[in-house]
Amino acid sequence: MGEATAMLRVKVWRGNAEGGAMADYAVPARANQTVLDVVTHIQREVDPTLAYRFACRVGMCGSCAMVVNGRPRWTCRTHVSRVAQDGALELRPLSNLPVIRDLATDMAPFFDKWAKARGTFQPKDAPDGSVPDDFAVVPPATKQRQQADAGIECIGCGVCYSGCDIVAWNPDYLGPAALNRAWTLVNDVRDGARKDRLAAVAGDAGCHACHSTQSCTAHCPKGIDPSGAIAGLKRSLFWPGFKGGVR
Amino acid sequence: MSDWRRRSHPAWIAFLVHRLSGLALALFLPVHFWALGQAIQGEAALEGFLRWSDNPVLKVAETVLVILLAAHLAGGLRVLALEFLGWRAQQKTMVAASAGVAFAAGLLFLLNLGA
Repeated sequence: MGEATAMLRVKVWRGNAEGGAMADYAVPARANQTVLDVVTHIQREVDPTLAYRFACRVGMCGSCAMVVNGRPRWTCRTHVSRVAQDGALELRPLSNLPVIRDLATDMAPFFDKWAKARGTFQPKDAPDGSVPDDFAVVPPATKQRQQADAGIECIGCGVCYSGCDIVAWNPDYLGPAALNRAWTLVNDVRDGARKDRLAAVAGDAGCHACHSTQSCTAHCPKGIDPSGAIAGLKRSLFWPGFKGGVR
Repeated sequence: MSDWRRRSHPAWIAFLVHRLSGLALALFLPVHFWALGQAIQGEAALEGFLRWSDNPVLKVAETVLVILLAAHLAGGLRVLALEFLGWRAQQKTMVAASAGVAFAAGLLFLLNLGA
């Protein structure tokens, strides 16, 4: 190349659970470059000790989320040209989660909360976990099916959890993704654990803790609306409260 | 990590306005009751207070108060619509409409001052 390659100025948080600091890197700017491409360049060409996590590179697996210039994002589908400010990028690990090293966070607390919110499908016809005798027919036009469909594409990337202020204020809060999962199951007519699930998501660390700041909805890379799902859970618990509880 | 950049979207700003206006109104409420309480001291006490409150600085403060009240009301209705009616779409528009209602109420109050 005759002319000098334009360079991106990239700040990356380096450290571990004990603490860390920002490190500076220069990365050649390329056309159609994603933020994940930038991180991969640093790890392969500049400093092989950089820890980060990715798998599919096409927005399916939900493992490459990081905080990019202050906002949590899926890095594999985020073009540098969309987020760089004057050729500068600032990359940090997801907030609200323990850091393992550099850009890799421990996702265990995030997924533990899915379990706490009863995020496991429990077939009505086969409570013992066996396979039901026949296929369930769930017409696509029904309201419940549509409510479930609206939230079912979650890839578990943790972007909503990282962007949520309520999680930051109350570490026990189940968070947008786990509650969104619960809402899809509450709307699943094949599921038999509605009552237990609603009990699991009620209370101080459940859906009632949400202040509807809607950061989850604003940041979700899949365009899901966890805030709306949480509002749905609140409604499901509110009205039966006048009639002696959830059935 | 409290990074404000992740909060720079309309719904979060609406949340902040709702919270701050609520706090400001809660702080104002005792003053409001104290002012009403002047009536118990007799007509003259209340009248004296009302005369004193005619000064321009207090009128500006009153206008701000009206805007805060309208913002809190409109913002509260927006949250109720979101949570009870499930109005999930068009949140940006609803935030903008709430802000519009608040400023319209303030403007109406200001226009009425001269009357």
